[in-house]
Amino acid sequence: MSFQFDTQRIKTDVLVIGGGTAGTMAAIKAKQANPDAAVLILEKANIRRSGAIAMGMDGVNTAVIPGFSTPEQYVREVTIANDGIVNQKAVLQTGQLGFETIQELERWGVRFQKDPQGNYDVKQVHRVGKYVLPMPEGKDLKQILTRQVKRHKVIVTNRVMATRVLVSDRRAIGAVGFDVRNGNFVVIQAKAVILCTGACGRLGLPASGYLYGTYENPTNAGDGYSMAFHAGAELANLECFQINPLIKDYNGPACAYVAGPFGAYTANAEGNRFINCDYWSGQMMLEVWKELNSGKGPIQLTMTHLDDDTIAEIESVLWANERPSRERFHQGRSENYRTHGVEMNISEIGLCSGHSASGVWVNERAETSIPGLYAAGDMANVPHNYMIGAFVYGRVAGINAIDYIQNLDHLEPDADALEAERQRIYQPLNQPNGIPHTQVEYKLRRLVNDYLQPPKSGNKMEIGLNHFVRYQETLDQMEAADPHELMRCMEVHFIRDCAEMAARASLYRRESRWGLYHYRLDYPEKNQEEWFCHVHLKRSGSGEMELFKRSIEPYIIEVDLQREVYDVAVK
Amino acid sequence: MALINQRVEVPVIVDESKCLEKCTACIEVCPLDVLAKNPETGKAYMKYDECWFCLPCEKECPTNAITVQIPFLLR
Repeated sequence: MSFQFDTQRIKTDVLVIGGGTAGTMAAIKAKQANPDAAVLILEKANIRRSGAIAMGMDGVNTAVIPGFSTPEQYVREVTIANDGIVNQKAVLQTGQLGFETIQELERWGVRFQKDPQGNYDVKQVHRVGKYVLPMPEGKDLKQILTRQVKRHKVIVTNRVMATRVLVSDRRAIGAVGFDVRNGNFVVIQAKAVILCTGACGRLGLPASGYLYGTYENPTNAGDGYSMAFHAGAELANLECFQINPLIKDYNGPACAYVAGPFGAYTANAEGNRFINCDYWSGQMMLEVWKELNSGKGPIQLTMTHLDDDTIAEIESVLWANERPSRERFHQGRSENYRTHGVEMNISEIGLCSGHSASGVWVNERAETSIPGLYAAGDMANVPHNYMIGAFVYGRVAGINAIDYIQNLDHLEPDADALEAERQRIYQPLNQPNGIPHTQVEYKLRRLVNDYLQPPKSGNKMEIGLNHFVRYQETLDQMEAADPHELMRCMEVHFIRDCAEMAARASLYRRESRWGLYHYRLDYPEKNQEEWFCHVHLKRSGSGEMELFKRSIEPYIIEVDLQREVYDVAVK
Repeated sequence: MALINQRVEVPVIVDESKCLEKCTACIEVCPLDVLAKNPETGKAYMKYDECWFCLPCEKECPTNAITVQIPFLLR
């Protein structure tokens, strides 16, 4: 088959790559800040149902609401949960701006749970504070955001996938990519670029072996991590993996954040509790791992002791939001919360700052280390940021990008760089007898499981790293039959980049930290003296991955890490 | 390289008697872009086995023509 593709050139003031939670908010806020600015969302799916919340969300997990908690409490909680490795100023933004965000979402028609007196019905899921606000009718969140995007006259280009951020004169000047349906080459010039492409949720291979049976929306393949790296931006703490306790085989949340406040709890096969807090942390995941390897597993989320009305209420939330197909999964196995516990397992690894702390480095202004390049949402390195954090950083990025582009002109991208990228993108279409991308991806992600799934060891990860470096040759043999398959091929490139970055960062930090997320058998202890720091990674002048330590920014809220150790084990 | 086509059971099932030829609702909302129209019949079908069983296709179909099964490997 021979393909003929056109080149499409677009000019905008602000380019938002990825139209999920953070991206839609970034674009809306940019337009609010300057209605005359041209703001474009580039989305490889369709913003109506894209990103981590394609089917909505059942609640917000990091809501600091006056009367229930304070921004200072929230910063303390996240600082302790993330073993002290935080830029507190960045975390504080989420604590301070979350409530404004909730109020704005309410004005747009999002409904949060309130008690009969009309107060927010905030629940405790975290170890100390109350930050979880249920949103039982949150299934249409994405349609509501889409409506606001249109109302604010943001331009949306669906089904175009970005592959590289363009950098010139040491600033971001646009992006390049292709239309995943008609295959056209797309070059976008922008004065500022905001990356909002979500987690790298397609890094490890789910135990089911199904490539797309991931916790994260599988479109979130680490696009932004890879694009930021190639643009020269710094990434932070990539060794702090995302690993979640999920429904075994289904590989989605059970979900303890919803059921816990009603009285559900996680128990071992003997029916005993072994963790005293269901909030997702590396320390909690380490307890899960120990229990599963102790002979006291398997483990389950237990609701059988709850009355029928309570279970029906839990079901009404879980069957409608986030991952509604949970219902048919349980039905297919003739299982019911009234009579059965939900068997839980440890997920494959991913990179995500929404849940853990692995991401593209940003400061409290959502700026990356490249001028004109911003990041927000799961891919931006603000620990435990969740959906509220994505909204907050979307807001911050959108507003600051508008401020930044004043008096700035477009720059013409380098013609040679564009041609090289064109060649790289379309290569899989020119190999009719190449290796199918599905097999290439399966093997890569199986190798990620073999060598990077914690507990980690230096010797194992060295072998893994060698595989990932050499895998570039395999990628060169990949075949695609059409533009859709080309999208998957380019995603496999992103996944390989993330695998290599995850291996190098994990090898670099020679200690254990964040519970299971970075549990090294060869360095089993936390080493505050040498490793109380960020680990940063960036592209060196010669194109290699370069790692270095960065000091923790001075705390603005006092936390005694000696005394306050995050521990959720039942003694 | 020698290649074969392998049969797989796919999660998205379309009831062709209900699927409207001029409608592309399911195709437009699929985050993974796995649905397409059969050019001969005008009916939607699952072209690529890359399903997150997230359900927008099923929820947004105006005639309830779509049923999403949990993929066999997970079921």
